[in-house]
Amino acid sequence: MLTSFAILTDGLVYAAYLFIVAIGLTLIFGVMKILNVAHGSFYAFGAYGAATAVGIYANADWPAALGFLFMLVLAMTIGLVMGIILERGLLRQVYGKDEVITVLVTYATFLILEDVIVLLWGPQSYAAYQPMVSAGNIEIGGLVLSNYDILLVAIAAALALLAYWSLKFTRYGWLLTTVIFDRETAAAFGVNVTLIYTVTFIIGAMLGALGGAVMAPKIAVTLGIGVEVIVLAFAVVAIGGMGSIEGALIGALIVGICRAAAVHLVPQLELFVIYGVMALVLVVRPYGLFVRAQPRKI
Amino acid sequence: MLQSRRRIRYALAGSAVATAVIASAQAQQPAAPAAAPVKLGIVSFLTGPAASPFGIPGRNGAEIVIEAFNSGKAPPPFDKVGLGGAKIEAKFVDEAGSAANVVTEYRNLVQRDQVDAVIGYVSSGSCLAVTPVAEELKALTVLYDCGTPRIFEEKARTYVFRVSPHATMDNVAAARYLLAKKKNLTSYSGLNQNYAWGQDSWRDFVGAMKALAPTVEADKVLFPKLFAGEYGAEVSTLLTSKSQALHTSFYDGDLEAFVYQEQTRGLDKRMTMIMTTGEAAIWRLRDKLPDGTIIGGRGANGPLAADTPINKWFQKIYTDRYNIPPTYPAYQMAQSLLGLKLAYEKAAKPGVKPTADEVAAAFKGIEFEGPAGHVKMALGDGHQGITETAYGIYRFNKQSREPEIVDIVRYPAECVNPPAGVDADKWIEEGMKGAKCN
Repeated sequence: MLTSFAILTDGLVYAAYLFIVAIGLTLIFGVMKILNVAHGSFYAFGAYGAATAVGIYANADWPAALGFLFMLVLAMTIGLVMGIILERGLLRQVYGKDEVITVLVTYATFLILEDVIVLLWGPQSYAAYQPMVSAGNIEIGGLVLSNYDILLVAIAAALALLAYWSLKFTRYGWLLTTVIFDRETAAAFGVNVTLIYTVTFIIGAMLGALGGAVMAPKIAVTLGIGVEVIVLAFAVVAIGGMGSIEGALIGALIVGICRAAAVHLVPQLELFVIYGVMALVLVVRPYGLFVRAQPRKI
Repeated sequence: MLQSRRRIRYALAGSAVATAVIASAQAQQPAAPAAAPVKLGIVSFLTGPAASPFGIPGRNGAEIVIEAFNSGKAPPPFDKVGLGGAKIEAKFVDEAGSAANVVTEYRNLVQRDQVDAVIGYVSSGSCLAVTPVAEELKALTVLYDCGTPRIFEEKARTYVFRVSPHATMDNVAAARYLLAKKKNLTSYSGLNQNYAWGQDSWRDFVGAMKALAPTVEADKVLFPKLFAGEYGAEVSTLLTSKSQALHTSFYDGDLEAFVYQEQTRGLDKRMTMIMTTGEAAIWRLRDKLPDGTIIGGRGANGPLAADTPINKWFQKIYTDRYNIPPTYPAYQMAQSLLGLKLAYEKAAKPGVKPTADEVAAAFKGIEFEGPAGHVKMALGDGHQGITETAYGIYRFNKQSREPEIVDIVRYPAECVNPPAGVDADKWIEEGMKGAKCN
């Protein structure tokens, strides 16, 4: 019983982490059809920004809640600035070109940004544990849980609801849906597709940075964290379907629960299970769980 | 007579002119040429996740020791300028990248830059990739940090050396220390990264535990992905286990992330943690590392090192420069350079650079005192060093606000290393026969 409860809670926490990281990636792909490898850099910059913010607020002796808010705001501001620079300065130059070229451009950007991190923050790692430690823990059903992990699940749930509400009930969401469905037709009806692209990329970048910011208190913020994340995020997005937000949510839940079950029951399979699930889903549904095969336009 | 006087005058004038010409010529000649510099390639992680805990301390250790060598300010018997009077020119190279990239950079150092020796490599993968190339190119190479015992167990080597002991002693000593401190231990678990380092560490630890305490049971065996970052499920698994101790060879970001996450959930209150590389993290984690954690440092390095004059010297020059005490990768780099210097100077002849063969012949089997204690190149036909090692209990001193390691127990090299000619895993499997612990 305790093990089942532990699998459920661990799975939810891991799924929350995966969803927060993957939502920006899948949003950008859904709208812009860009497989954005530089998403890992948004995560890394968000984490470094959060670590910097924690350093500032810990020294200033601010209340924990204010410090946490400052951490999120600073990280998302970094995401905003990066999103604007990359979309306006770089990606705009390759719109309409082959998808492979766009992937290569984002990969090159990712590599450059890894070095920018070294230039800005140096090669040493940073700690930002204060928000997690100050949140404390709670014992439920004989298992001690971190309150910060519970907060992480709440943030992921809030993001999922916000994304659903934005897409279904706001004007921007409707415009976005039309662009996702058919870019040319949307443009023909007067939708400013260029503006939608810019806004979507910036939101995606801010979500990537948010992922880094909320994870920073749990990890050592160090060089290379973006690489690990981008691989996991791709797996989640591939399971759910490229460009599908509900797919990212379900993909994250499947991976999270399967991984937690593997760690508790068959630890030897922990590495295999994430990619095993992905392979299984892609065999049955090659476009992921929530995306159907689309007829090719000629 | 007159002629003879003239001759004498001419002879005197001639000799004066000749003397002046010779003196002038001598004055115009450059000073006797200084010994040609010795080129060293220093390879370590300068970027990537392993840079901060290992690569940079290793690089820093090389920088200050080479500076001390070049200025002749290292303590005796290392006080001769440079290597045998020739100043050292160091080229620092990043170890980051694939094994193929590491080998390419190695070839560049040896073939393009014509270095006299290469000192480097943190990753066991890099060491395994570079070793056959070093033998092929007949290039003197000193591996400084990687721990795999396979380098000298798989094949005899001629040009490759490793002053730092291999990883077997870390885990054998960890088992001895744990059993000495926890007499009522019945069960333990393991959390190690899922690659050669983590798997070898766990294999050696379990083997040593089986040999020393066959009734104590290994419970949860966890191998998360390298640099996984999120360990919630692992912490839950350990919280629901019956283990009283946890063995981990985690390092860097993985170790720090695990410590932050487990501490929030109180795992360290339920079981004693043994961190075989924990010494490298104490100056960063400080009061976040739980008191009572059993700490190793891949040898008697850092706070585990004996209080000898050469250790004090190394601690001082490192701390003065970098404002943080040296951790074990810095020690391993320093010991590697000291070993190379002794071998080079043993092989050197006046005015002539010794060849790689001559230095290699001189390196075999040497012994010396370094900051981490007595080094004996005893294994791998004189190519692999052994030293004593030590373990202790971590405590954050609240008065001085500094980390401390107390209750230190030292293990002689022959107690925790296999005898010459015996493979490490076989030695453990057969009950560590011949271990001399007293």
